[in-house]
Amino acid sequence: MNILVCLKQILDPEVPARDFRIDPAKREAERGAANLVTNIFCENALETALQFRERSGDARITALSYGPATAEEPLRKALAMKADGAALVVNDGSPNPHPLTVARVLASAIRRLGQFDLIMLGREAGDWGAGQTGALLAEELGIPCVAFADSIERAGDKLRIRRQTEWGSEIVEAETPVVVTITNDEHNVPRIPKVRDVMMSYRQPLTKWNASELGGDAGDGYYEVTELFIPQKETRCEFAAGDTEDERAGAFAARLAELAGAL
Amino acid sequence: MKDIAIILFASSGFDKAAQGLTGAARRLADQASAKLRAIVLGAAETVAAEVARIADAVVVADHPEMADYQPELCLNALTQICREISPAAVLLSNDTYSQEIAPRLAHRLAGSAVGDGIEIRVQGDTVRVVRQVYGGKAQAVLEMKRSPAVVWLRARVFEAAPARAAAGEITRVVLDLKPEQRTRIVERKREETGEARLEDARVIVAGGRGVGSREAFAAELQPLAEILGAQMAASRAACDAGWAPATWQVGQTGKKVAPDLYVAIGISGASQHMAGISEAKNVAAINTDAEAPIFKHCRFGIVGDYRKILPLVRQKLAAVAK
Ligand SMILES: Cc1cc2nc3c(=O)[nH]c(=O)nc-3n(C[C@H](O)[C@H](O)[C@H](O)COP(=O)(O)OP(=O)(O)OC[C@H]3O[C@@H](n4cnc5c(N)ncnc54)[C@H](O)[C@@H]3O)c2cc1C
Ligand SMILES: Nc1ncnc2c1ncn2[C@@H]1O[C@H](COP(=O)(O)O)[C@@H](O)[C@H]1O
Repeated sequence: MNILVCLKQILDPEVPARDFRIDPAKREAERGAANLVTNIFCENALETALQFRERSGDARITALSYGPATAEEPLRKALAMKADGAALVVNDGSPNPHPLTVARVLASAIRRLGQFDLIMLGREAGDWGAGQTGALLAEELGIPCVAFADSIERAGDKLRIRRQTEWGSEIVEAETPVVVTITNDEHNVPRIPKVRDVMMSYRQPLTKWNASELGGDAGDGYYEVTELFIPQKETRCEFAAGDTEDERAGAFAARLAELAGAL
Repeated sequence: MKDIAIILFASSGFDKAAQGLTGAARRLADQASAKLRAIVLGAAETVAAEVARIADAVVVADHPEMADYQPELCLNALTQICREISPAAVLLSNDTYSQEIAPRLAHRLAGSAVGDGIEIRVQGDTVRVVRQVYGGKAQAVLEMKRSPAVVWLRARVFEAAPARAAAGEITRVVLDLKPEQRTRIVERKREETGEARLEDARVIVAGGRGVGSREAFAAELQPLAEILGAQMAASRAACDAGWAPATWQVGQTGKKVAPDLYVAIGISGASQHMAGISEAKNVAAINTDAEAPIFKHCRFGIVGDYRKILPLVRQKLAAVAK
């Protein structure tokens, strides 16, 4: 089984709101002091792939990222987590490509990398949160797509994919090749690589291409960000008052009762 | 402007999301002097009849395989129907199925997709969508560059539209679809909540990493929920820890809820969590950290250890109830 996992590097999405700034002219976030990290759902996808390989033995996992030169970092981390290979498509065009361009670039990289049975992505990226690269990639490759999965097993020559719905879960049986987007679950919390493996990962080979040599840019446009702003909304919190914890709890309970209206 | 289409799944019924979607689309169509066409996947009489009271026309896609959603089949059906009616915009709700197929539908129709819209505007032939970005810390206006614009909306935040004097015409199309074997949903499991949907709950008690264990969810939070007649929810951190089922997750990538009262216990208030409760009327929090961002969104709060506070609160509430 040949597995490909797509990883996106993003600005740390957990920077607190008070430290978050935007550049309204460029219509993107200011980097500030924030770190660059691998999008969490991409790591959930990689973790799901690693567990699949551990169970089925004969899988090979390749990590793929498209982004600036710094996007080598998520790939090194993927290698440290024990992906078998990695490829970086350096974005030498405009920053912040729209999802159709991303899907096309990923598709052309995938065609160069070989044949994959299972292509995994995160359900969405924590920066722009488009939530559509997986679906568009499936269309570019002409194969089906299963969204919001949290675990994958082999079932004969098919895959048995468990995915979340708003009311529970579903089992999807899929032929390969297939694109699967991954969501979080208690079982796919990404592992922390060992320090030694992190160091080793820098000695492993990593394929690099420039996006312009691969082709795929959907220059004709998809959507354009015309405005970016930080909505101002703050509520004044009324803290429960009282000299003792008992009094404060009483004041809090009274407000709960009032607003719940159930009592 | 050309027509505006909406997509409804018969299996979901004409629920609050379907009503919000229909309402949003109706107002948009009126504003753009366009016709509103509803596409119903699966032959459920009630959904078609309900939406016909608001839409100008309803197409029911009938197929023995379509009573329950199957991704590839539904996508093929929608592609056929949309090519026929050639709409300027196709609107969907933000349920699992809609999100799964919307970008693929846009791709097949050579259009553009955008998701989780909280506002949609048309001006001439241009469709613009407002959505949260950067985990809810910012909002963006996106202008769709290809047509049709395929947009999935946070349907429940939109108001329903009143029924119109004359009902729209309902047509049934029997589609000629090749059986699709590449993917098949073979099992559907409902998480037993025994209650109404979290999205429709009036009061919610939610726990986060600060709750500390699965046992504490059951022993401390559940009794409070019972007294308040509330449903339970959780942050991603609590779900990832396995203390709460994934269906309880509220936030950017969880449920979007709109209760009268949301009680957040041991939840810091990360923007991605808050993105799921922006429609809550009142937020209350219990947190040991007076500087926790959650308090910036609260109507009222209490600083302290929930393990000390909750027993007292429950005691007081029980006294009030008597
Ligand atoms: C792309 C993306 C999507 C995401 N989607 C979601 C989502 O849908 N939903 C979601 O919830 N998160 C989501 N997250 C994660 C989010 O960023 C936060 O990491 C998460 O919400 C933190 O959960 P928490 O508040 O429970 O934990 P923490 O941030 O660790 O907060 C725990 C809080 O508990 C308090 N506490 C500790 N002990 C006690 C005690 N004894 N009594 C009272 N208070 C106590 C602490 O002071 C702290 O404020 C997403 C993240 C990304 C990157
Ligand atoms: N530049 C990229 N490089 C690699 N994978 C990407 C890139 N952009 C998006 N993806 C994948 O698509 C998923 C969803 O991203 P998005 O559609 O942007 O929300 C991510 O979790 C990644 O798996």
